[in-house]
This record gives sequence, C-alpha cells and structure tokens, in this order.
Amino acid sequence: MNYSSLIIVVLILLGAGYLLGRNRARAIAGQGVKLHSLPTHYGALVALWTGLPPLLLLLLWALAEGPVVDHLLVAQLPEAVQQGSSADIQLAISKVHNLASAAGVGAVAELQPAVEHLVALESRANILHSGVVLSLALLGVAVTWRRVQPQLRARSEVEGIVRKLLFASSGIAVLTTLGILASVLFEAWMFFGKVSVFEFLFGTSWSPQIALRADQSGSSGSFGAVPLFAGTLLISAIAMFIAVPIGLMSAIYLSEYASPRVRSYAKPALEILAGIPTVVYGFFAALTVAPVIRSIGASWGLEVSSESALAAGLVMGVMIIPFVSSLSDDVINAVPQSLRDGSYGLGATRSETVRQVVIPAALPGIVGAVMLAVSRAIGETMIVAMAAGLAANLTLNPLDSVTTVTVQIVTLLVGDQEFDSPKTLAAFALGLVLFLVTLVLNYVALKIVQKYREQYD
Amino acid sequence: MKRRRSAEKRFRVYGLISVLFGLLCLVVLFGDILSKGLAAFSQTVIRTEVVLDADYLGLNKNSSSDEIRAANFEGLLKNHFKEMVQPDGRKERRQLYSMISAGAAWQLIEAVQANPGLIGQAVTFDLIADDDVDQWLKHDRGVEGINTRMSEVQIAWMESWIEQGMLTTRFNTLFFTNGDSREPELAGIHGAIKGTFLTLLVTFLLSFPIGVAAAIYLEEFAPKNRITEIVEININNLAAVPSITFGLLGLAIFINIFGVSRSTPLVGGLVLTLMTLPTIIISGRAAIKAVPPSIREAAFGLGASKVQVVFHHVLPLALPGMLTGTIIGMAQALGETAPLLMIGMIAFVVDVPGFINDPSTVLPVQIFLWSDSPERAFTERTSGAIIVLLGFLVVMNTAAVMLRRRLERRW
Amino acid sequence: MSIIENHTTCGSPLVESPKLTARNVGVFYGEKQAIFDVSLDIGSNEVIALIGPSGCGKSTFLRCLNRMNDTIDICSVTGKIELDNEDIYDPKVDVVPLRARVGMVFQKPNPFPKSIYDNIAYGPRIHGLAHSRVDLDEIVEKSLQRAGLWNEVKDRLHAPGTGLSGGQQQRLCIARTIAVDPEVILMDEPCSALDPIATAKIEELIDELRENYTIAIVTHSMQQAARVSQRTAYFHMGQLIEVNPTDQVFTTPEHSLTEAYITGRFG
Repeated sequence: MNYSSLIIVVLILLGAGYLLGRNRARAIAGQGVKLHSLPTHYGALVALWTGLPPLLLLLLWALAEGPVVDHLLVAQLPEAVQQGSSADIQLAISKVHNLASAAGVGAVAELQPAVEHLVALESRANILHSGVVLSLALLGVAVTWRRVQPQLRARSEVEGIVRKLLFASSGIAVLTTLGILASVLFEAWMFFGKVSVFEFLFGTSWSPQIALRADQSGSSGSFGAVPLFAGTLLISAIAMFIAVPIGLMSAIYLSEYASPRVRSYAKPALEILAGIPTVVYGFFAALTVAPVIRSIGASWGLEVSSESALAAGLVMGVMIIPFVSSLSDDVINAVPQSLRDGSYGLGATRSETVRQVVIPAALPGIVGAVMLAVSRAIGETMIVAMAAGLAANLTLNPLDSVTTVTVQIVTLLVGDQEFDSPKTLAAFALGLVLFLVTLVLNYVALKIVQKYREQYD
Repeated sequence: MKRRRSAEKRFRVYGLISVLFGLLCLVVLFGDILSKGLAAFSQTVIRTEVVLDADYLGLNKNSSSDEIRAANFEGLLKNHFKEMVQPDGRKERRQLYSMISAGAAWQLIEAVQANPGLIGQAVTFDLIADDDVDQWLKHDRGVEGINTRMSEVQIAWMESWIEQGMLTTRFNTLFFTNGDSREPELAGIHGAIKGTFLTLLVTFLLSFPIGVAAAIYLEEFAPKNRITEIVEININNLAAVPSITFGLLGLAIFINIFGVSRSTPLVGGLVLTLMTLPTIIISGRAAIKAVPPSIREAAFGLGASKVQVVFHHVLPLALPGMLTGTIIGMAQALGETAPLLMIGMIAFVVDVPGFINDPSTVLPVQIFLWSDSPERAFTERTSGAIIVLLGFLVVMNTAAVMLRRRLERRW
Repeated sequence: MSIIENHTTCGSPLVESPKLTARNVGVFYGEKQAIFDVSLDIGSNEVIALIGPSGCGKSTFLRCLNRMNDTIDICSVTGKIELDNEDIYDPKVDVVPLRARVGMVFQKPNPFPKSIYDNIAYGPRIHGLAHSRVDLDEIVEKSLQRAGLWNEVKDRLHAPGTGLSGGQQQRLCIARTIAVDPEVILMDEPCSALDPIATAKIEELIDELRENYTIAIVTHSMQQAARVSQRTAYFHMGQLIEVNPTDQVFTTPEHSLTEAYITGRFG
C-alpha cells in the first residue's frame, strides 16, 4: 500500500475505534454503572491510541526510508562508482532510481544489480511498513477498547494527550530555529574545512566560479566575502537614508498633527507598501527606476551602471518606509500624554515638544525600530537579486554595480548543485553570517523595544 | 517668536511631505505596473479563412486523434499565407512565416480533433500572431521613429490586414489557461496559479492547526518558566529572520536529508509553513488574550476542565482573530519568492501541476523568471502576472479586514 | 490596622454537622500571604455571609472552597479544607467533579456568548447529566424556574444570553450553576453590579435556594448580609476575626474591629 491509502485506512480505523469505545462506554453506563468520564471521552481515547502511534510511525518511516534505501544501494553499485567521489555516487543512485521507476527503458548493464536490488527493497519495505502500521493500529483499538472500564479516567488521559500535542506544536518553532542553525552550521563547517575562516571574512576578492581545468589560475575560486558585506551595507545604507527620515517624519505627522480622519486613511495606505511582494519591487527597480536613474545620470554626464546600487537601495528604502513608520508610530503613541502636556504648559510649540520631549523619550523605541528595519534590509533578497548586479565590486560609489550576501546565496544555489563543492557550501557560510547578524539585530532590537514599553506601562 | 513659528510650520510641512512621498510611491508603483501590464490581457490575432485540405493533410473524417496530431498543419498554414500574401523570395517568406505563432497550428489541430467533420471545409480561425506582431499593433503602430522589430514589408502586410479587418485584438484567454512557454504569446500563468494554490494549500493545512495549537499552548498551558521564555523569544525572532534562510533550511534538511522531491508544492509548502508559523502564533496569542477572563471563570466555576474551557469557550471566541492572522500570514506566503528559488521552484515548468508532488512553480517565481527574459512581450506579461498577484493579495487582505471588523464587536 | 499576632477567631466558627470545613487555611500569592490561619465550618442548608473591608481576603477565601485559585499560577493554599470529610486539596482529587459539587456565581454576570438554552445546558452536557434531549430540556426548564427566570425567557430560549438585562443575566448565571446540581453554591458579591430591584430579586432567590443548597456569600453590603444570612463571618486583613449568628453580629459584635466595621468607621 502506498502512503496515502495507508493513511486513509488508519483514519477509517480511527473512526471505528471512536465508535467502538463510545458504544462500549454507553453500554456500561446503560447497566447503571457510574462512569468516570463521558462516553465520548472513552471514544476519543480509543481513537487517539488507534490513530496516533501508526501515523507517527508512518511519518518517521517516510522521513527515514529514502536515506536508508540509498545507503543500502551503495553496496550494489559497480566497484568503479563506489570508489568515486560522493557526487558520482549520488548521480549513480539517482540513475538507479530512474531506471527502477521506468522499468525496461534504456537499461544500463552495470547498474542492473542495483536496480533489481532497489525494486526488491522497495517491495519488501512496502509490505513491512504496511504490516507494521496496520497491526499497530489494530493493537491500539484492541488494547484500549479492553481498557474501557467505569473507573478509567478517560477524560484526564485524553486531555493529557491533547496537552502533549499542543506542546509538540509549540516545539516546532524551536525545532525550526535549530534546523536553520544546524543546516547552515554543518555546511558552513564543511566550507571552512576547504577555505579558511580568515580568508572568508577578510578576503577582498570574490569569484566562486570554479575553473574547468585544474591548471587554470584561481581554480579553486576565491572566497573573500568583504565585497559582499560592503555591497550589502552600501545598499542597506541607501535604503535607510530614505526610509528612516521619511518613515519617522510620517509617523510624527500622523500621530501628532494629522486629524483622526486623515490618519485613518493615510496609515493603512502607507501600510499597503509593506504588503506588496518584494518581487514586484524588484521588477519595478530593475525596469523602471534603474533606467530613469541611468538617464538622469547620463544627462549630468555621470556614468551609471545599469544595475546600480542606488536603484536597488532607493526602492528598498520605499519598501521599508511603512516598517519604520508603523513601529515608530507605536513607540510615539506609548509616550505618556503627561510629558507632552508638561511641555505645552511651558509654552513650547508642537514641533519643539516633539523634538525636545517626545523624540528623546521615544528614542530607545525608535532605535529598536530602526534596528529591525536594518535587519530587514540586510536580509532582503528579491529587490537586490533583480536590480543589483552579480559583480563583486568593492566600492562605495552608489552608481556602481555591487552584489550582496543574499544575491550570492541565491545565485550559488539556484540550478544544479554538487553538494560538496566549495561553491555550494559557500552559500551556506554566507547564510550563517546572515542568520547570525540578523538574529543579533532582532534580539537586541526586541529587547530594547520591550524594555521601553515596560517603562511606560 | 516669528522664527519659532516658521520652524513649527517647516516641521509640519516636512511631515506632510514624508507622508505624501510614501503615498506618491504607492501611486507611481501601481500606475507603472498597470500601464505596463494591462496590455497583457489582450492578444493580437489574425482572422482568416483556412481551407482544411483533406489531401494535403492526408486526413479524412474518420482519422484518429493521433493521426490528426501528426498531420502537417504547419505546412498548410504556411501555404495558406503564402498564397494570400504572395511574398517575394525566400527572405520575405521567412519574414511572413515568423509573424504567425507556433501555437496557430495547434489551434487548427485542436479544432479538428474536437470536430473531425471540419476536414475538407473552409473554416474561419482567429490565429494567434507572433509576439512581435502583437507588440507592434499594441504599441508601435503609427509612432514615428520607433525602433521596431518589424521590417517595412511586414508593416505593409499588417497595414493591409488591418484594412481588411483581419488583424484584431481579443481578450487573452491563453494567459489564464496556458502554462509557461518560451514563446511569449503562448506563455500563461495557469501553471503558476495552480502551483501557488497547491503550495498555499499545503502551507495552510500545516500552519493553521500547528500555529493555533502552539498559540493555545503558550497562552493557556505553558508554565511561566525559563523554557517558555526561550520559546517566546525564539518565535519573535523567527518572525524577523530573513526569508531566504528558510530556503537554506528547506534545501539542506527537507531535500537533502529527508529526500522530499525538489520543485514540488509539497516542499514549497513545508518551507512556507515554517515561515508563516511565527506570524500565526503571534496573532493567535493576541486573539486568545483578548478573550475576557470572566468567560474562563464562568466555565471553570461549572466544573469544566482546562482543556474543555479552552476548546469550548476560548477557542471559538478567538477563532476570528486567529483566522485574520492566518490570512495575513498566507498573504505573506503568497508573495514570497526568495526561499522558493532555493528549493528548485524556479524550474521551467510547462505542464500544469496536478498534485502536491508534481514539479511546479508559483506566481511570484514566475514573475521573477519572466522579468529576466529579454523579449518586450515578456515584460508585458510580467506586469500582467503582477496585476493578478496583487489582485489576489487585495482579496485576501480585504477578507482579513472584514473579519477584523466582525471581531470588533464586544462580547 | 496591622495584623493581629496570634489572633484566635471570636464567636463560634465551628458547627455540629458541617458540610464544608476549613482548618488553618493560609493562602499565598507568590511570597505575599493573603489569608492567615482561617478555620471555619459551613453547615448544611445554611447561608453564611462573609463580610469585611476591601482586600480583607474574603473573596480569596471563598475561591479556595472550590479550588478556583488553581487557575492562578502563583497562588498556593496551605491548611486543610474538607467537603463531607474529604480533603479537597488531596492530590488525587479531580477538580472537575469538585467544582460540579461546589458551584460558583461571580461578581459580574458572565453568561457565555451563546444562547440562553446553551448557557444552562453546558454544565449538564460536560458532566453527562442528561441522557437525552428531553432530559436536557427538563433540566434547563427546572433550573430556570428555580432561578425565577423561566417566565421571562421561556419564549426566547435560543436568544443570546448576553442580550438579557444585568439582573436577568445574574439569575441566568445562578440557573446555570443550579443546572449541574451542586451541593454548595459560592457567591462572590453577586449583586454588586445590579440595581436595587434586581438585587431584591436575587436576595429573595437566595432565601429560597437555602432549602436545597448550602450557600456562602461574600458581600459588601451589611444590609444584604443581615437580610439573607443566618451566620456572618467578619474578615480583616486576611484573618477571620469573628463568626456569630447574623443577628448577634449586627447587634452585639464581640470584637472591637467588627464593631468598628459595622458602625461604618471603615469600609
């Protein structure tokens, strides 16, 4: 049986278990015995024990089967392949899979034993897992059904299981973080086995393309990431240069000056900017903003690259405006009215109050908001992938083409990859840097904002 | 005092300018996309009467589908146009043939397959024109000094076709019924929309129950201790981690370790689930917090257990708020591109995916792919696809706003 | 006004055949102690009023009696509370049946945002008290009648409970409590959010309920305590100062603090 029909069978058994448990409980109650819980609780308990263990087992099986089968296959491959690099083995194994699924088409003689082995393995695995899963489900029904007795605390047991399921759900968020960390750490570790950390962090030349012939110069590529860091910072700086003043002033205007009516329209309208997919911004930057900047530059006699940092930075800045403005707006609104009243009482004008009282009071919150915005800018991918270039120039000129960490990750990982080439691994090393930097920024920013909120609560 | 007053005025104007700048950007962005993209919804066709010559095609009224497919409809069309236009020499002939889309022959094949009785008759077809013809008719015709890809002979032919009423535009249904194609005039977003739908379906089915369960646990059951605090910090941070890192996780763990197949809505949905979970959990907790404690007390006072209180009373009241958060999370997932590039959803997929384990792409990635193509007609289609994407987003966000309105009633 | 060291309760906190007995009860919110060494009996079919100034711990004590304090994480209870000679804080005790036996009515009417019918039917449903739809209808009608609400709502049982007036809502909450057939009903200032006419109706109701139930009522109004209760317990700063028959407390209080309170020197 394949997975989906197996799941359906288990679900049917689960439903049957519910009815069996409930009816047995009802029958007991019908004899005038007082039950600990409602009949539906007994039904639910039987159902849970019928369905949960087999489904969990099935999930584990589905996850483990692929790697285990591949591991067993390696032994059946021809000697020559087994001796080869891990990439060769990977290739051979996927060939075997293809051959096995499209039986008879273009048979390859030396792979034939492996193909036959795979077919045998798969049918054996199929029988095995169907059998184990189904017997587990039936066992669950039988054992729990027998346990349905008046004194069984079915409700408490069901609720205990529900609690555990809820707990497991919240654990997934933690697992996600661990998963991200583990994946980038592991691959980055392998990368640093081939390229030194020092070269990666402080080298100024980035050309990950590996030469085809071993005797070509730079055959191992060079992985100095400084130009990427510089490019990322340059574009983020341009974006912040747009987003921080405009976002902050918008927030001040909307919270201190605008009438409630204007505010109720302008605020959501600004927030639309945050909801537009980044790929749309990227398209806009590459096809509309970049040519405009180029022609303006040309009319001033400046040479502007067609993929300039300026275009990407400007559009990214626009994207981040609502981010800064809505966070600052929250922060400014949290400043107690009494502080403002105090300032007005001394005869200060609105702008003086804002500049001398509200902003200083809100400063930590605003700093937190800006940090979150910076982390956003650093991690932004699509705008830079579409509007900034691939050339790893080490420059501060916003009219030049630069590349960023995220662009390089995308470029290195799109298309076919060999999983142990430094080129692919480099993407994970970059991912590690990106993850750590944004994590620190977010953590500190959230702490600052939280502290600030508590201060005025 | 005067100086102070003018400073006050200046400050106010700066604020107003900032707000207006933001709104202006919004208007420019939408205006730009609309002006570029609306033309994508119409398509140029050549209306002409083609004689489906039974002898030339070697078909009769009883021919099977396969025979029809193998017949030389392309040659038939070429002859048809050759006789109609009378091109002079090989170069002109080639220019003529290039003006008709490769899809035109397929139009004939499909028509004949649907009704083999047409063979031997003269039938009027709206044949799809090549994208260069399309662009010329929509944008370049009558514009002086524009650098068009059409030669003078071709322009003369087209002008005469227009006079005869043969060259017209109609609503571009192909854009919504076709998958991707290398030919702009045949490229459509059906495959991408289906892929998006399947991916979001996986995302919703996983992230909604898990997110709601996690929110319930953290808000109602979690003991206030160090571990809970770490989980909370973790979730807040995860909401702000760059989306691209989720792509790295998907590639390294789902694809390389667990062997989920690349480019499928399944793996895309898994990655987007992890990405939207924090949003759903955070909004779900806020919705649970908003349920008044008096309701909980009332239920406890009647002897309901904690689980019963939560599932019978708190959850139904918090559900609209949770759904709002989920819709917003799904809208984010709908617009997400970067992590999907890494798990192979960028592949060129012509076939419309049928299920969650078929290779497919999604709408934002399709936009990314097309935006890279040099043809002018693809730029138009990219903008057209963006309009469709923004349309979906507007619908989802409107739904969220309406739900939130309903939620605002106090109990 | 400070905590009186080693105070022993004046009057007669203990009775012959108690329904509920509390011995040396202390309650802590984290580090802070809210109740000090309270011992008190509540007899069958009596109405006992708990009075005292704000923050004296009378509500906290009431909430210990059906373990409502369990829902607050940092709250812990020491001492012993027995219902029909069973320790209700025994780790083996399930709070669910306990709270079905000791029902509670809260300060502010808190009907569920559901229909009147579902409000009443909820308790019987989760405790499996009704075996059929007819059973359930009967329980709903009987509970509403006992709470004196039946005639007012019988035509709109499926209208939302939140649409009733404040006094009706509170009687709905009482009906909801009665529906699970408790032995003891705890009332935490049930009339504080109501107007005088609605209050009078509830007081009348309490008097009728005494026939079948044991009732402990926390009240801010001394008049109310005098009208509805047989015994009155006076709390002060987390200590139980005096327990005596109601008449006696309001005419010849034993303790000077009680006297100060009922003559209105603080409150």
